[in-house]
Amino acid sequence: MLKQWYKSGSPYIWLNAGAIAISMIMVVGLIGLIAVRGLSHFWPAAVIETTYTVPDEEPVRLLGTVRRSETVTATVVREAGFYVPEDQMIVTRHLLQLGNRDITSRDFAWYIGDHMGEWTYPENALVLERMTWGNFYGYLEAILEDGEVVAEGEAAWDELYERVARAVDLRQQILQIERYDIGGIAYQQEQIRLAQRRLELRGEDTPEAMAELEEQHAALQEEYEELDLHRNDLRRQMDRDSVRAETAEGRTVTIAMSDIVRAARPNVMSFGEKIGHYVDSFKEFVFDYPREANTEGGIFPAIFGTVLMVIVMSIIVTPVGVLAAIYLREYARQGPFTRLIRICVNNLAGVPSIVFGVFGLGFFVYFLGGAIDDQFFQAAQPAPTFGRPGLFWASLTLALLTLPVVIVATEEGLSRIPKSVREGSLALGATKAETIWRTVVPMAAPAMMTGLILAVARAAGEVAPLMLVGVVKLAPNLPMDGNFPYLHLDRSFMHLGFHIYDVGFQSPNVEAARPLVYATALTLVLIIIVLNLTAIAIRNRLREKFKSDSD
Amino acid sequence: MTKPATDTTSATMENNAREVGSTPERHVPNLTPEFRRDAPKGATTEAIDLSKETPCFQLNALNLHYGSNHALCDVSMMIPHKRITAFIGPSGCGKSSLLRCLNRMNDLIDIAQISGEILLDGQDIYSKNVDVPELRRRIGMVFQKPNPFPKSIYENVAYGLRIQGVRRKSVIDETVERSLRHAALWDEVKDRLKSPAMELSGGQQQRLVIARAIAIEPEVILLDEPCSALDPIATAKVEELMMQLKENYTLVIVTHNMQQAARVGDYCAFMYMGELIEYDTAEVMFQKPSKKQTEDYITGRFG
Ligand SMILES: Nc1ncnc2c1ncn2[C@@H]1O[C@H](COP(=O)(O)OP(=O)(O)OP(=O)(O)O)[C@@H](O)[C@H]1O
Ligand SMILES: [Mg+2]
Repeated sequence: MLKQWYKSGSPYIWLNAGAIAISMIMVVGLIGLIAVRGLSHFWPAAVIETTYTVPDEEPVRLLGTVRRSETVTATVVREAGFYVPEDQMIVTRHLLQLGNRDITSRDFAWYIGDHMGEWTYPENALVLERMTWGNFYGYLEAILEDGEVVAEGEAAWDELYERVARAVDLRQQILQIERYDIGGIAYQQEQIRLAQRRLELRGEDTPEAMAELEEQHAALQEEYEELDLHRNDLRRQMDRDSVRAETAEGRTVTIAMSDIVRAARPNVMSFGEKIGHYVDSFKEFVFDYPREANTEGGIFPAIFGTVLMVIVMSIIVTPVGVLAAIYLREYARQGPFTRLIRICVNNLAGVPSIVFGVFGLGFFVYFLGGAIDDQFFQAAQPAPTFGRPGLFWASLTLALLTLPVVIVATEEGLSRIPKSVREGSLALGATKAETIWRTVVPMAAPAMMTGLILAVARAAGEVAPLMLVGVVKLAPNLPMDGNFPYLHLDRSFMHLGFHIYDVGFQSPNVEAARPLVYATALTLVLIIIVLNLTAIAIRNRLREKFKSDSD
Repeated sequence: MTKPATDTTSATMENNAREVGSTPERHVPNLTPEFRRDAPKGATTEAIDLSKETPCFQLNALNLHYGSNHALCDVSMMIPHKRITAFIGPSGCGKSSLLRCLNRMNDLIDIAQISGEILLDGQDIYSKNVDVPELRRRIGMVFQKPNPFPKSIYENVAYGLRIQGVRRKSVIDETVERSLRHAALWDEVKDRLKSPAMELSGGQQQRLVIARAIAIEPEVILLDEPCSALDPIATAKVEELMMQLKENYTLVIVTHNMQQAARVGDYCAFMYMGELIEYDTAEVMFQKPSKKQTEDYITGRFG
């Protein structure tokens, strides 16, 4: 009976199904966890108010959002310095986000549930996202314009939303001017300085030539001063309004409108308004630049840097890997030497990635980059141009790292092309090269794409080597902008993987950064998925085109 | 003319010796032949005699080893010009191997080692200064297993022309149509020239590779069991094609079909275990073979 069952093959089917189920649960669970933790961060959670009474101490009023709740043994809590009655064994505690880091210096804190009074949800609770010092939690009192109260009580809320929107709009304009206009002028001025230096080095620094450049420089300076005036004007406009609010401790504070990013009244907002708020926060996260040592704001530069680096890497690794594989498989005489090369290539895949980073820094950045600087960028010296970590070197290092994957996959694909097809081509008078390029390579293209897919997945997730060869915590400029030559491969850049590490482990405010770590991780996973799906779609189209018996 | 096989070979070797010595300017092959569908078949009805033929291939003491496997032993023969020479013999006797020697396809097999001599129009095709792709262009081959490229039907037939650098669409279109017509495939595929060749049936693929081979108008066409997957009607069409091609080309075919060998072959060679047992006109081979082995094989009493 059992033997019959065994013979029918169903145990293997069950085994396979089980393995797939486990993999699916792991993948879905992982993405689900990251998604829930990361995405819930942008939701305007309810604000609670309660009195916290520790025995023998003054009661205090708390206002904030509950970020986490857990039930732990009393000893753990006692060791953390909290008072818990002797006979109590387990304790429920809540992590509250109180904000107001500038006032109380503790924006996240644990509170014992037993000491808390009743939780209420005050209607005039205000949450402000600020440019500096994190969130503000308090009760809205009034809106001020040039120091004069213009609205109070319920009317103040409408006024608040309107004026925040105005301030945000002005800030966008200022940022636009700073980032693109002033940034562009600074870049052009630097180019002029380099041009002057080049002339000097060549000994062609005739007074006329220098004066002409000087003139251009002065014209740019004038332009800059004009922009600066405009910017200051905008700043003044932004400083016009402010918000007066009371904190939980009863202190009255005034917050400049120019400091506010977003305002919310979570306890009153309708579901639709909350969704609007959510979408807004999420958009900022994806499309904006980071603030506050990366713990707030967006991750756009990191997304951009990651994608650009992967693309540049693909452009480098694909031709090199494919050509190497074609040579190894089609031209090289198979023997101990090719076997040795294959072993080396395979071992290359097993080398820890940080070793590639060290190699990239030593060889690419210092040696090659230094040589390039000496040859082509003398004018900029002693400041390095390519002789410092940057996007190109990072891409090149990752290309080296993923080269084995592409080579192995391509070789695999080439070896699967049936001999009869090659013979058919040769018998028609094609040379070996013609056979390879017209028939074999197109047929092996899907396998090459598979290699590229694996390479992309590996490269997008790699962090360690990048820290040495080009990724930085905060890059002043994107590696691509409106200034000629538009693509600046010498610039250092931001990367999602490194961003996760930086925000998660290097941040001064771990609790505030935690949701961002999840959200960033989710973004990274999604980007890898999108890149892969694109490559898979291309591969399937190629497969369709070169359908053969061997597939 | 019932000479023993050994005599045949020695005779052809003499013949060859004469040829090598003589001026090599014979046979300027017609590279742009017109397929005359209405060609009179009278040519084949004349009495033919191997000793009076002009040699196309001359094989001298050809030996082929696949590693330690001795696939061809001391084969010497002359394959005449503008005739159909049919090879018969049991499976594994080396027919395909011999064919592959004729256009140097065995170069691709690392373990294949060849000795002896093959002359094409008096020139040794294994000599160092031979342009192998050019040689293979002159000697077309249809393989035992159909091997279309994973491209469209049209591109399969156009492949050889594209390799030669033909760009003109009108020329390619015309050649594709003509070749497909000759291979008796045109009517079946004329509406789907752009669809993948891999979607054709086995027999259609076989005709497609024939079309592909004749599209580049080689001088010699080697056909390795070209009708193995074809029905009688398609077979008849391919045979008719061969009769036409004979006007301008030299054909060498391998077949397991005795009737086919007798029908289309001018000459017939019987091989067994890598050796050329008997080689004579098809008439002689099928009516009064001189070797018992040949007779047994032809009459089906073999083994
Ligand atoms: N690529 C090869 N490598 C090694 N041995 C080979 C190879 N091709 C053929 N042989 C051997 O050479 C011998 C002759 O094979 P060949 O293919 O020429 O036979 P054949 O006469 O064409 O048979 P069939 O009628 O079945 O096609 C066989 O013993 C075969 O095993
Ligand atoms: Mg065969």
